[in-house]
Amino acid sequence: MTAMPQISADTLANMEKQRRRTRISSAFRYSLLIIVGLIMVYPLIWMFGASFKTNAEIFSSPSFWPKEPTVQGYIDGWKTSTPYTFAKFFMNSMMIIIPKMIGTAISCTLVAYGFARFDFPFKKIIFSTVIATLLLPNVVTRIPQYLLFRDIGWLDSFLPLWVPSALAGDAFFVFMLIQFLRAIPRDMEEAARVDGANTLQTLIYIVVPMLTPALISVCLFQFMWTMNDFLGPLIYLSSVENYPISLALKLSIDTTEAFAWNQILAMSCLALAPSLIVFFMAQKYFIEGISTGGVKG
Amino acid sequence: MGGDSKYLGLWYVAPYVIGLLLFTAFPFIASFYLSFTDYDLLSKPEWTGLDNYQKLFTRDRTFDKSLKVTLVYVFMTVPLKLAFALFIAVILNYRLRAIGLFRTAFYVPSILGGSIAIAVLWRYIFADTGLVNMMLEGIGLEGVNWFGDPENALFTISLLRCWQFGSAMVIFLAALQSVDKSLYEAASIDGANKWQLFRYITLPLITPVIFFNLIMQTVQAFQEFNGPYIITEGGPLKSTYLLPLYIYDKAFKSFDMGYASAIAWVLFVIIMVLTLIAFWSSKKWVYYAGDKRS
Repeated sequence: MTAMPQISADTLANMEKQRRRTRISSAFRYSLLIIVGLIMVYPLIWMFGASFKTNAEIFSSPSFWPKEPTVQGYIDGWKTSTPYTFAKFFMNSMMIIIPKMIGTAISCTLVAYGFARFDFPFKKIIFSTVIATLLLPNVVTRIPQYLLFRDIGWLDSFLPLWVPSALAGDAFFVFMLIQFLRAIPRDMEEAARVDGANTLQTLIYIVVPMLTPALISVCLFQFMWTMNDFLGPLIYLSSVENYPISLALKLSIDTTEAFAWNQILAMSCLALAPSLIVFFMAQKYFIEGISTGGVKG
Repeated sequence: MGGDSKYLGLWYVAPYVIGLLLFTAFPFIASFYLSFTDYDLLSKPEWTGLDNYQKLFTRDRTFDKSLKVTLVYVFMTVPLKLAFALFIAVILNYRLRAIGLFRTAFYVPSILGGSIAIAVLWRYIFADTGLVNMMLEGIGLEGVNWFGDPENALFTISLLRCWQFGSAMVIFLAALQSVDKSLYEAASIDGANKWQLFRYITLPLITPVIFFNLIMQTVQAFQEFNGPYIITEGGPLKSTYLLPLYIYDKAFKSFDMGYASAIAWVLFVIIMVLTLIAFWSSKKWVYYAGDKRS
Protein backbone atom coordinates (compact mmCIF):
# COMPACT_ATOMS: atom_id res chain seq x y z
CA MET A 1 0.00 0.00 0.00
CA THR A 2 2.41 2.66 -1.14
CA ALA A 3 0.32 4.56 -3.68
CA MET A 4 -1.11 7.85 -2.37
CA PRO A 5 -4.77 8.36 -3.12
CA GLN A 6 -5.41 11.01 -5.77
CA ILE A 7 -6.97 14.18 -4.36
CA SER A 8 -9.29 15.73 -6.92
CA ALA A 9 -10.70 19.25 -6.89
CA ASP A 10 -14.01 17.67 -6.06
CA THR A 11 -12.78 16.20 -2.79
CA LEU A 12 -11.18 19.50 -1.85
CA ALA A 13 -14.51 21.30 -2.28
CA ASN A 14 -16.15 18.60 -0.22
CA MET A 15 -13.63 19.02 2.55
CA GLU A 16 -14.26 22.77 2.58
CA LYS A 17 -17.98 22.16 2.86
CA GLN A 18 -17.35 19.66 5.63
CA ARG A 19 -15.25 22.16 7.55
CA ARG A 20 -17.92 24.85 7.33
CA ARG A 21 -20.52 22.42 8.54
CA THR A 22 -18.32 21.47 11.49
CA ARG A 23 -17.97 25.13 12.40
CA ILE A 24 -21.72 25.71 12.37
CA SER A 25 -22.46 22.63 14.39
CA SER A 26 -19.81 23.47 16.96
CA ALA A 27 -21.32 26.95 17.36
CA PHE A 28 -24.66 25.24 17.87
CA ARG A 29 -23.17 22.91 20.46
CA TYR A 30 -21.59 25.71 22.42
CA SER A 31 -24.78 27.74 22.55
CA LEU A 32 -26.72 24.71 23.67
CA LEU A 33 -24.22 23.94 26.41
CA ILE A 34 -24.17 27.54 27.58
CA ILE A 35 -27.97 27.72 27.75
CA VAL A 36 -28.21 24.42 29.63
CA GLY A 37 -25.36 25.47 31.91
CA LEU A 38 -27.14 28.71 32.76
CA ILE A 39 -30.37 26.90 33.52
CA MET A 40 -28.45 24.55 35.79
CA VAL A 41 -26.56 27.21 37.69
CA TYR A 42 -28.95 30.17 37.66
CA PRO A 43 -31.13 28.92 40.52
CA LEU A 44 -28.02 28.81 42.72
CA ILE A 45 -26.88 32.27 41.66
CA TRP A 46 -30.38 33.62 42.18
CA MET A 47 -30.50 32.06 45.62
CA PHE A 48 -27.24 33.70 46.62
CA GLY A 49 -28.40 37.09 45.33
CA ALA A 50 -31.84 36.75 46.88
CA SER A 51 -30.36 36.06 50.30
CA PHE A 52 -29.23 39.72 50.29
CA LYS A 53 -32.59 41.06 49.18
CA THR A 54 -35.36 42.46 51.28
CA ASN A 55 -38.41 40.25 51.67
CA ALA A 56 -40.46 42.49 49.45
CA GLU A 57 -37.98 42.17 46.60
CA ILE A 58 -37.55 38.38 46.55
CA PHE A 59 -40.81 37.66 44.77
CA SER A 60 -40.88 40.78 42.64
CA SER A 61 -38.02 40.41 40.18
CA PRO A 62 -36.31 37.47 38.45
CA SER A 63 -32.97 39.25 38.57
CA PHE A 64 -30.48 37.91 41.06
CA TRP A 65 -28.99 41.34 41.78
CA PRO A 66 -30.36 42.87 45.02
CA LYS A 67 -31.45 46.52 44.58
CA GLU A 68 -30.87 47.44 48.21
CA PRO A 69 -28.47 44.80 49.50
CA THR A 70 -28.97 43.92 53.13
CA VAL A 71 -27.50 41.31 55.43
CA GLN A 72 -30.56 41.41 57.68
CA GLY A 73 -31.57 37.93 56.50
CA TYR A 74 -28.25 36.54 57.68
CA ILE A 75 -28.40 38.35 61.01
CA ASP A 76 -31.98 37.28 61.81
CA GLY A 77 -31.57 33.80 60.38
CA TRP A 78 -28.39 33.14 62.34
CA LYS A 79 -30.23 33.77 65.62
CA THR A 80 -32.90 31.15 64.79
CA SER A 81 -36.09 30.70 66.77
CA THR A 82 -34.38 28.23 69.11
CA PRO A 83 -32.15 28.93 72.13
CA TYR A 84 -29.14 28.21 69.88
CA THR A 85 -27.57 30.05 66.98
CA PHE A 86 -26.75 28.44 63.66
CA ALA A 87 -23.17 28.03 64.88
CA LYS A 88 -24.40 25.25 67.14
CA PHE A 89 -25.99 23.41 64.19
CA PHE A 90 -22.84 23.76 62.11
CA MET A 91 -20.87 22.31 65.02
CA ASN A 92 -23.31 19.40 65.25
CA SER A 93 -22.98 18.70 61.54
CA MET A 94 -19.21 18.59 61.89
CA MET A 95 -19.51 16.41 64.98
CA ILE A 96 -21.45 13.94 62.88
CA ILE A 97 -19.36 14.19 59.74
CA ILE A 98 -15.76 14.10 60.96
CA PRO A 99 -15.87 10.91 63.07
CA LYS A 100 -18.02 9.28 60.40
CA MET A 101 -15.52 10.19 57.68
CA ILE A 102 -12.55 8.91 59.67
CA GLY A 103 -14.36 5.70 60.60
CA THR A 104 -15.34 5.14 57.00
CA ALA A 105 -11.82 5.70 55.68
CA ILE A 106 -10.19 3.33 58.18
CA SER A 107 -12.73 0.53 58.06
CA CYS A 108 -13.17 0.58 54.29
CA THR A 109 -9.38 0.51 53.77
CA LEU A 110 -8.99 -2.55 56.00
CA VAL A 111 -11.88 -4.35 54.36
CA ALA A 112 -10.91 -3.51 50.80
CA TYR A 113 -7.34 -4.63 51.53
CA GLY A 114 -8.68 -7.91 52.88
CA PHE A 115 -10.74 -8.52 49.77
CA ALA A 116 -8.17 -7.39 47.24
CA ARG A 117 -5.06 -9.07 48.63
CA PHE A 118 -6.05 -12.21 50.52
CA ASP A 119 -7.77 -15.50 49.99
CA PHE A 120 -9.86 -16.77 52.83
CA PRO A 121 -12.76 -19.12 53.45
CA PHE A 122 -16.17 -17.88 52.26
CA LYS A 123 -14.54 -14.98 50.41
CA LYS A 124 -16.82 -15.36 47.40
CA ILE A 125 -19.98 -15.36 49.47
CA ILE A 126 -18.90 -12.43 51.61
CA PHE A 127 -17.88 -10.44 48.56
CA SER A 128 -21.20 -11.11 46.88
CA THR A 129 -22.91 -9.53 49.90
CA VAL A 130 -20.95 -6.33 49.17
CA ILE A 131 -22.59 -6.18 45.75
CA ALA A 132 -25.96 -7.15 47.20
CA THR A 133 -25.85 -4.38 49.84
CA LEU A 134 -24.88 -1.96 47.10
CA LEU A 135 -28.28 -2.59 45.54
CA LEU A 136 -30.26 -3.22 48.73
CA PRO A 137 -32.72 -0.37 49.31
CA ASN A 138 -32.22 1.09 52.80
CA VAL A 139 -35.92 1.47 53.17
CA VAL A 140 -36.28 -2.21 54.01
CA THR A 141 -33.76 -2.23 56.88
CA ARG A 142 -34.52 1.17 58.39
CA ILE A 143 -37.28 0.25 60.83
CA PRO A 144 -35.46 -2.64 62.56
CA GLN A 145 -32.29 -0.54 62.64
CA TYR A 146 -34.24 2.11 64.49
CA LEU A 147 -35.62 -0.49 66.90
CA LEU A 148 -32.13 -1.89 67.45
CA PHE A 149 -30.67 1.52 68.29
CA ARG A 150 -33.63 2.24 70.52
CA ASP A 151 -33.09 -0.99 72.47
CA ILE A 152 -29.41 -0.28 73.07
CA GLY A 153 -30.23 3.28 74.11
CA TRP A 154 -28.50 5.14 71.30
CA LEU A 155 -31.44 7.29 70.20
CA ASP A 156 -30.85 11.02 70.25
CA SER A 157 -27.08 10.51 70.06
CA PHE A 158 -24.72 10.52 67.09
CA LEU A 159 -23.87 6.84 67.52
CA PRO A 160 -26.49 5.47 65.08
CA LEU A 161 -25.03 7.81 62.46
CA TRP A 162 -21.39 6.91 63.19
CA VAL A 163 -21.24 3.23 64.00
CA PRO A 164 -22.65 1.58 60.85
CA SER A 165 -20.23 3.60 58.72
CA ALA A 166 -17.31 2.81 61.03
CA LEU A 167 -18.03 -0.87 60.34
CA ALA A 168 -17.62 -0.36 56.59
CA GLY A 169 -21.38 -0.14 56.19
CA ASP A 170 -21.20 1.94 53.02
CA ALA A 171 -20.62 -0.89 50.57
CA PHE A 172 -20.09 1.57 47.77
CA PHE A 173 -16.84 2.83 49.27
CA VAL A 174 -15.56 -0.70 49.92
CA PHE A 175 -16.29 -1.53 46.31
CA MET A 176 -14.60 1.62 45.03
CA LEU A 177 -11.42 0.97 47.06
CA ILE A 178 -11.29 -2.66 45.91
CA GLN A 179 -11.41 -1.44 42.31
CA PHE A 180 -8.53 0.95 43.03
CA LEU A 181 -6.47 -1.70 44.81
CA ARG A 182 -6.89 -4.20 42.00
CA ALA A 183 -5.36 -1.71 39.61
CA ILE A 184 -2.25 -1.15 41.78
CA PRO A 185 0.63 -3.57 41.08
CA ARG A 186 1.72 -5.67 44.04
CA ASP A 187 5.52 -5.57 43.52
CA MET A 188 6.17 -3.02 46.25
CA GLU A 189 4.04 -4.89 48.75
CA GLU A 190 5.77 -8.16 47.98
CA ALA A 191 9.16 -6.51 48.36
CA ALA A 192 8.13 -5.15 51.76
CA ARG A 193 6.97 -8.60 52.83
CA VAL A 194 10.28 -10.11 51.76
CA ASP A 195 12.02 -7.49 53.88
CA GLY A 196 10.09 -8.76 56.86
CA ALA A 197 7.14 -6.37 57.18
CA ASN A 198 3.89 -7.96 58.31
CA THR A 199 0.66 -7.41 56.42
CA LEU A 200 -0.52 -4.57 58.61
CA GLN A 201 2.78 -2.72 58.23
CA THR A 202 2.62 -3.30 54.49
CA LEU A 203 -0.88 -1.86 54.47
CA ILE A 204 0.07 1.24 56.44
CA TYR A 205 3.44 2.05 54.87
CA ILE A 206 3.01 0.83 51.29
CA VAL A 207 -0.66 0.53 50.37
CA VAL A 208 -2.17 3.52 52.12
CA PRO A 209 0.18 6.07 50.50
CA MET A 210 -0.71 4.70 47.06
CA LEU A 211 -4.36 4.64 47.95
CA THR A 212 -4.43 8.26 49.12
CA PRO A 213 -6.21 9.76 46.10
CA ALA A 214 -8.95 7.14 46.38
CA LEU A 215 -9.22 7.73 50.12
CA ILE A 216 -9.62 11.45 49.53
CA SER A 217 -12.49 10.67 47.15
CA VAL A 218 -14.08 8.45 49.79
CA CYS A 219 -13.86 11.16 52.43
CA LEU A 220 -15.23 13.82 50.10
CA PHE A 221 -18.23 11.76 49.06
CA GLN A 222 -18.91 10.83 52.64
CA PHE A 223 -18.71 14.51 53.56
CA MET A 224 -21.25 15.51 50.89
CA TRP A 225 -23.64 12.69 51.55
CA THR A 226 -23.60 13.17 55.29
CA MET A 227 -24.02 16.91 54.84
CA ASN A 228 -27.09 16.22 52.66
CA ASP A 229 -28.42 13.39 54.80
CA PHE A 230 -31.78 14.29 56.24
CA LEU A 231 -33.68 11.11 56.95
CA GLY A 232 -31.01 9.62 59.26
CA PRO A 233 -30.89 12.62 61.65
CA LEU A 234 -34.66 13.03 61.32
CA ILE A 235 -35.26 9.53 62.65
CA TYR A 236 -32.51 9.32 65.26
CA LEU A 237 -32.13 12.81 66.69
CA SER A 238 -34.98 14.30 68.66
CA SER A 239 -33.60 17.17 70.74
CA VAL A 240 -32.84 20.45 69.04
CA GLU A 241 -29.42 20.70 70.71
CA ASN A 242 -28.29 17.72 68.56
CA TYR A 243 -29.70 18.96 65.27
CA PRO A 244 -27.40 19.15 62.25
CA ILE A 245 -27.89 21.84 59.61
CA SER A 246 -30.37 19.85 57.54
CA LEU A 247 -32.79 19.45 60.45
CA ALA A 248 -32.24 23.01 61.60
CA LEU A 249 -33.23 24.28 58.17
CA LYS A 250 -36.39 22.21 58.18
CA LEU A 251 -37.13 23.56 61.64
CA SER A 252 -36.64 27.13 60.50
CA ILE A 253 -39.10 26.61 57.63
CA ASP A 254 -41.65 25.31 60.09
CA THR A 255 -41.17 27.94 62.75
CA THR A 256 -40.11 31.16 61.06
CA GLU A 257 -43.05 33.38 60.39
CA ALA A 258 -44.36 32.89 56.87
CA PHE A 259 -42.83 36.03 55.34
CA ALA A 260 -39.22 35.78 56.48
CA TRP A 261 -38.08 34.35 53.16
CA ASN A 262 -34.75 36.08 53.17
CA GLN A 263 -33.79 34.50 56.50
CA ILE A 264 -34.50 31.04 55.17
CA LEU A 265 -32.67 31.69 51.91
CA ALA A 266 -29.70 33.15 53.79
CA MET A 267 -29.42 30.10 56.01
CA SER A 268 -29.84 27.81 53.01
CA CYS A 269 -26.88 29.56 51.36
CA LEU A 270 -24.80 29.02 54.47
CA ALA A 271 -25.89 25.39 54.59
CA LEU A 272 -24.62 24.87 51.04
CA ALA A 273 -21.36 26.73 51.59
CA PRO A 274 -19.29 23.89 53.16
CA SER A 275 -20.19 21.48 50.36
CA LEU A 276 -19.48 24.05 47.66
CA ILE A 277 -16.14 25.03 49.16
CA VAL A 278 -15.05 21.42 49.52
CA PHE A 279 -16.21 20.65 46.00
CA PHE A 280 -14.28 23.48 44.38
CA MET A 281 -11.16 22.72 46.38
CA ALA A 282 -11.13 19.07 45.38
CA GLN A 283 -13.07 18.78 42.15
CA LYS A 284 -10.75 16.38 40.43
CA TYR A 285 -11.17 13.77 43.15
CA PHE A 286 -14.91 13.81 42.64
CA ILE A 287 -14.72 13.36 38.92
CA GLU A 288 -12.12 10.60 39.29
CA GLY A 289 -14.02 8.86 42.03
CA ILE A 290 -17.23 8.94 40.11
CA SER A 291 -15.68 7.70 36.87
CA THR A 292 -13.85 4.76 38.44
CA GLY A 293 -16.48 3.53 40.84
CA GLY A 294 -19.65 4.87 39.38
CA VAL A 295 -21.67 6.64 41.96
CA LYS A 296 -25.09 7.30 43.31
CA GLY A 297 -26.34 10.85 43.74
CA MET B 1 1.13 -13.79 50.39
CA GLY B 2 2.26 -17.32 51.03
CA GLY B 3 3.16 -17.94 54.65
CA ASP B 4 0.14 -16.22 56.19
CA SER B 5 -2.65 -18.10 57.85
CA LYS B 6 -5.57 -18.58 55.51
CA TYR B 7 -7.74 -16.78 58.04
CA LEU B 8 -5.68 -13.59 57.99
CA GLY B 9 -7.86 -12.00 55.30
CA LEU B 10 -10.94 -12.69 57.40
CA TRP B 11 -9.52 -10.46 60.14
CA TYR B 12 -9.32 -7.58 57.71
CA VAL B 13 -12.89 -7.98 56.51
CA ALA B 14 -14.18 -8.66 60.04
CA PRO B 15 -15.48 -5.08 60.59
CA TYR B 16 -17.53 -5.40 57.45
CA VAL B 17 -18.89 -8.81 58.42
CA ILE B 18 -19.90 -7.61 61.89
CA GLY B 19 -21.56 -4.52 60.42
CA LEU B 20 -23.28 -6.62 57.79
CA LEU B 21 -24.74 -9.00 60.35
CA LEU B 22 -25.79 -6.30 62.82
CA PHE B 23 -27.00 -3.51 60.59
CA THR B 24 -28.06 -5.22 57.38
CA ALA B 25 -28.72 -8.95 57.68
CA PHE B 26 -30.46 -8.87 61.04
CA PRO B 27 -32.64 -5.82 60.21
CA PHE B 28 -33.46 -7.35 56.84
CA ILE B 29 -34.84 -10.52 58.43
CA ALA B 30 -36.43 -8.63 61.31
CA SER B 31 -38.31 -6.35 58.96
CA PHE B 32 -39.68 -9.38 57.11
CA TYR B 33 -40.86 -10.80 60.42
CA LEU B 34 -42.32 -7.48 61.56
CA SER B 35 -44.32 -7.19 58.37
CA PHE B 36 -46.46 -10.10 59.63
CA THR B 37 -47.08 -8.49 63.01
CA ASP B 38 -48.91 -5.70 64.70
CA TYR B 39 -46.35 -3.67 66.61
CA ASP B 40 -46.90 -0.25 68.17
CA LEU B 41 -43.67 -0.08 70.27
CA LEU B 42 -45.67 -0.21 73.52
CA SER B 43 -46.43 -3.92 73.68
CA LYS B 44 -44.62 -6.87 72.09
CA PRO B 45 -45.07 -7.52 68.35
CA GLU B 46 -48.19 -9.57 67.85
CA TRP B 47 -48.29 -12.11 65.02
CA THR B 48 -51.16 -11.35 62.67
CA GLY B 49 -50.21 -13.49 59.68
CA LEU B 50 -51.04 -11.97 56.33
CA ASP B 51 -53.37 -9.31 57.77
CA ASN B 52 -51.07 -6.39 56.95
CA TYR B 53 -50.65 -7.44 53.35
CA GLN B 54 -54.32 -8.20 52.97
CA LYS B 55 -55.22 -4.77 54.24
CA LEU B 56 -52.63 -3.15 51.97
CA PHE B 57 -53.94 -4.72 48.82
CA THR B 58 -57.66 -4.66 49.51
CA ARG B 59 -58.65 -1.86 51.86
CA ASP B 60 -55.92 0.76 51.87
CA ARG B 61 -56.78 3.54 49.40
CA THR B 62 -53.77 5.60 50.49
CA PHE B 63 -51.48 2.73 49.56
CA ASP B 64 -53.07 2.41 46.12
CA LYS B 65 -52.60 6.09 45.49
CA SER B 66 -49.07 6.14 46.89
CA LEU B 67 -47.99 3.11 44.86
CA LYS B 68 -49.37 4.62 41.68
CA VAL B 69 -47.67 7.95 42.33
CA THR B 70 -44.38 6.19 43.06
CA LEU B 71 -44.45 4.18 39.83
CA VAL B 72 -45.37 7.24 37.75
CA TYR B 73 -42.58 9.19 39.44
CA VAL B 74 -39.93 6.54 38.77
CA PHE B 75 -40.93 5.85 35.17
CA MET B 76 -41.06 9.56 34.43
CA THR B 77 -37.89 10.64 36.24
CA VAL B 78 -35.36 7.93 35.39
CA PRO B 79 -35.70 7.92 31.57
CA LEU B 80 -35.90 11.72 31.46
CA LYS B 81 -32.82 12.16 33.60
CA LEU B 82 -30.74 9.50 31.84
CA ALA B 83 -31.70 10.62 28.34
CA PHE B 84 -30.75 14.17 29.21
CA ALA B 85 -27.49 13.06 30.86
CA LEU B 86 -26.54 11.03 27.79
CA PHE B 87 -27.49 13.83 25.42
CA ILE B 88 -25.29 16.36 27.21
CA ALA B 89 -22.45 13.84 27.58
CA VAL B 90 -22.49 13.19 23.83
CA ILE B 91 -22.26 16.90 23.09
CA LEU B 92 -19.48 17.38 25.63
CA ASN B 93 -17.61 14.48 24.09
CA TYR B 94 -16.85 16.42 20.90
CA ARG B 95 -13.46 17.96 21.37
CA LEU B 96 -14.77 21.24 22.74
CA ARG B 97 -12.87 23.90 24.57
CA ALA B 98 -13.73 24.58 28.21
CA ILE B 99 -15.09 21.08 28.65
CA GLY B 100 -13.97 21.18 32.30
CA LEU B 101 -15.95 24.35 32.96
CA PHE B 102 -19.14 22.88 31.52
CA ARG B 103 -18.63 19.62 33.33
CA THR B 104 -18.34 21.49 36.61
CA ALA B 105 -21.45 23.59 35.95
CA PHE B 106 -23.44 20.46 35.17
CA TYR B 107 -22.05 18.51 38.07
CA VAL B 108 -22.57 21.01 40.90
CA PRO B 109 -26.34 20.36 41.12
CA SER B 110 -25.65 16.64 41.71
CA ILE B 111 -23.42 17.48 44.64
CA LEU B 112 -25.90 19.82 46.27
CA GLY B 113 -29.19 18.53 44.92
CA GLY B 114 -30.02 16.11 47.70
CA SER B 115 -29.72 18.73 50.40
CA ILE B 116 -32.55 20.33 52.27
CA ALA B 117 -31.33 23.77 51.23
CA ILE B 118 -31.98 22.93 47.59
CA ALA B 119 -35.42 21.57 48.37
CA VAL B 120 -36.11 24.90 50.08
CA LEU B 121 -34.85 26.72 47.00
CA TRP B 122 -37.14 24.62 44.82
CA ARG B 123 -40.09 25.73 46.90
CA TYR B 124 -39.19 29.33 46.20
CA ILE B 125 -38.37 29.20 42.53
CA PHE B 126 -41.49 27.23 41.65
CA ALA B 127 -43.81 29.23 43.90
CA ASP B 128 -46.75 31.03 42.26
CA THR B 129 -44.83 34.29 42.12
CA GLY B 130 -41.46 32.56 42.14
CA LEU B 131 -38.49 32.83 39.80
CA VAL B 132 -39.75 30.43 37.13
CA ASN B 133 -43.17 32.03 36.79
CA MET B 134 -41.67 35.53 36.78
CA MET B 135 -39.45 34.44 33.90
CA LEU B 136 -42.32 32.80 32.01
CA GLU B 137 -44.38 35.96 32.39
CA GLY B 138 -41.38 37.99 31.33
CA ILE B 139 -41.37 36.28 27.94
CA GLY B 140 -45.14 36.61 27.63
CA LEU B 141 -46.18 33.14 28.74
CA GLU B 142 -48.65 32.33 31.45
CA GLY B 143 -47.38 31.27 34.86
CA VAL B 144 -47.91 27.66 35.87
CA ASN B 145 -49.31 26.44 39.16
CA TRP B 146 -46.33 24.17 39.80
CA PHE B 147 -47.17 22.83 43.25
CA GLY B 148 -50.79 23.74 43.84
CA ASP B 149 -52.15 21.65 41.01
CA PRO B 150 -52.09 17.88 41.62
CA GLU B 151 -51.49 17.43 37.89
CA ASN B 152 -48.18 19.31 38.01
CA ALA B 153 -46.77 18.74 41.48
CA LEU B 154 -45.20 15.35 40.78
CA PHE B 155 -43.54 16.68 37.65
CA THR B 156 -42.07 19.59 39.59
CA ILE B 157 -40.57 17.15 42.12
CA SER B 158 -39.28 15.08 39.24
CA LEU B 159 -37.56 18.14 37.75
CA LEU B 160 -35.52 18.43 40.94
CA ARG B 161 -34.14 14.95 40.29
CA CYS B 162 -33.52 15.63 36.63
CA TRP B 163 -31.64 18.78 37.56
CA GLN B 164 -29.15 16.45 39.27
CA PHE B 165 -28.25 14.66 36.03
CA GLY B 166 -24.55 15.50 36.49
CA SER B 167 -23.30 12.33 38.15
CA ALA B 168 -24.94 10.13 35.51
CA MET B 169 -23.48 12.44 32.87
CA VAL B 170 -19.94 12.16 34.22
CA ILE B 171 -20.20 8.36 34.08
CA PHE B 172 -21.52 8.51 30.50
CA LEU B 173 -18.78 10.92 29.51
CA ALA B 174 -16.05 8.65 30.90
CA ALA B 175 -17.50 5.77 28.90
CA LEU B 176 -17.78 7.83 25.72
CA GLN B 177 -14.18 8.96 26.01
CA SER B 178 -13.00 5.38 26.24
CA VAL B 179 -14.63 4.37 22.94
CA ASP B 180 -11.91 3.41 20.46
CA LYS B 181 -11.68 6.23 17.90
CA SER B 182 -10.47 3.93 15.13
CA LEU B 183 -13.90 2.31 15.04
CA TYR B 184 -15.42 5.65 13.98
CA GLU B 185 -12.80 6.17 11.31
CA ALA B 186 -13.35 2.71 9.89
CA ALA B 187 -17.11 3.18 9.79
CA SER B 188 -16.83 6.69 8.30
CA ILE B 189 -14.74 5.29 5.45
CA ASP B 190 -17.53 2.82 4.86
CA GLY B 191 -19.87 5.80 4.53
CA ALA B 192 -21.69 5.80 7.83
CA ASN B 193 -23.29 9.14 8.81
CA LYS B 194 -23.20 10.70 12.29
CA TRP B 195 -26.44 9.20 13.47
CA GLN B 196 -25.39 5.76 12.26
CA LEU B 197 -22.05 6.13 14.06
CA PHE B 198 -23.89 6.91 17.27
CA ARG B 199 -26.57 4.28 16.85
CA TYR B 200 -24.39 1.39 15.73
CA ILE B 201 -21.04 2.07 17.40
CA THR B 202 -21.33 4.42 20.39
CA LEU B 203 -24.60 3.19 21.80
CA PRO B 204 -23.75 -0.54 21.82
CA LEU B 205 -20.33 0.14 23.34
CA ILE B 206 -21.70 2.16 26.24
CA THR B 207 -24.59 -0.18 27.08
CA PRO B 208 -22.77 -1.39 30.23
CA VAL B 209 -22.83 2.11 31.75
CA ILE B 210 -26.38 2.71 30.55
CA PHE B 211 -27.30 -0.47 32.38
CA PHE B 212 -25.37 0.59 35.50
CA ASN B 213 -26.94 4.06 35.53
CA LEU B 214 -30.39 2.65 34.90
CA ILE B 215 -30.23 0.29 37.88
CA MET B 216 -28.69 2.81 40.28
CA GLN B 217 -31.05 5.62 39.34
CA THR B 218 -34.11 3.39 39.54
CA VAL B 219 -33.23 2.04 42.98
CA GLN B 220 -32.67 5.61 44.17
CA ALA B 221 -35.77 7.08 42.59
CA PHE B 222 -37.93 4.51 44.37
CA GLN B 223 -36.51 5.82 47.65
CA GLU B 224 -36.93 9.55 47.03
CA PHE B 225 -37.82 11.24 50.29
CA ASN B 226 -36.28 14.69 50.85
CA GLY B 227 -37.82 16.42 47.83
CA PRO B 228 -41.48 15.61 48.36
CA TYR B 229 -41.15 15.74 52.16
CA ILE B 230 -39.80 19.29 52.19
CA ILE B 231 -41.34 20.76 49.08
CA THR B 232 -44.89 19.47 48.94
CA GLU B 233 -45.23 17.34 52.07
CA GLY B 234 -46.85 14.73 49.86
CA GLY B 235 -49.62 17.03 48.67
CA PRO B 236 -51.71 18.39 47.10
CA LEU B 237 -54.29 15.60 47.37
CA LYS B 238 -51.47 13.11 47.97
CA SER B 239 -50.28 13.64 44.41
CA THR B 240 -46.63 13.52 45.54
CA TYR B 241 -47.10 11.09 48.40
CA LEU B 242 -44.38 8.62 47.43
CA LEU B 243 -44.16 5.28 49.24
CA PRO B 244 -41.10 6.27 51.35
CA LEU B 245 -43.18 9.14 52.77
CA TYR B 246 -46.02 6.78 53.57
CA ILE B 247 -43.60 4.34 55.25
CA TYR B 248 -42.09 7.18 57.27
CA ASP B 249 -45.48 8.43 58.41
CA LYS B 250 -46.68 4.96 59.36
CA ALA B 251 -43.48 4.04 61.19
CA PHE B 252 -42.41 7.26 62.87
CA LYS B 253 -45.60 9.30 63.16
CA SER B 254 -48.23 6.67 63.94
CA PHE B 255 -45.71 4.08 65.24
CA ASP B 256 -47.37 1.32 63.29
CA MET B 257 -44.11 -0.58 62.80
CA GLY B 258 -45.63 -3.81 61.52
CA TYR B 259 -47.71 -2.16 58.85
CA ALA B 260 -44.86 0.13 57.82
CA SER B 261 -42.59 -2.90 57.43
CA ALA B 262 -45.16 -4.53 55.19
CA ILE B 263 -45.21 -1.46 52.92
CA ALA B 264 -41.40 -1.42 52.92
CA TRP B 265 -41.37 -5.03 51.83
CA VAL B 266 -43.80 -4.41 49.01
CA LEU B 267 -41.55 -1.58 47.84
CA PHE B 268 -38.50 -3.81 48.21
CA VAL B 269 -40.08 -6.61 46.18
CA ILE B 270 -41.02 -4.17 43.41
CA ILE B 271 -37.45 -2.86 43.24
CA MET B 272 -36.01 -6.37 43.27
CA VAL B 273 -38.34 -7.64 40.56
CA LEU B 274 -37.50 -4.69 38.33
CA THR B 275 -33.77 -5.15 39.00
CA LEU B 276 -33.99 -8.85 38.17
CA ILE B 277 -35.86 -8.08 34.96
CA ALA B 278 -33.14 -5.60 34.08
CA PHE B 279 -30.37 -8.14 34.76
CA TRP B 280 -32.20 -10.84 32.86
CA SER B 281 -32.85 -8.61 29.87
CA SER B 282 -29.30 -7.27 29.95
CA LYS B 283 -28.09 -10.46 28.27
CA LYS B 284 -30.00 -9.31 25.22
CA TRP B 285 -28.87 -5.71 25.01
CA VAL B 286 -25.76 -5.07 27.09
CA TYR B 287 -22.48 -5.46 25.23
CA TYR B 288 -19.37 -6.53 27.10
CA ALA B 289 -15.95 -6.14 25.51
CA GLY B 290 -14.37 -9.49 24.78
CA ASP B 291 -17.78 -10.98 24.22
CA LYS B 292 -18.06 -13.07 21.05
CA ARG B 293 -21.37 -11.53 20.02
CA SER B 294 -21.15 -8.40 17.90
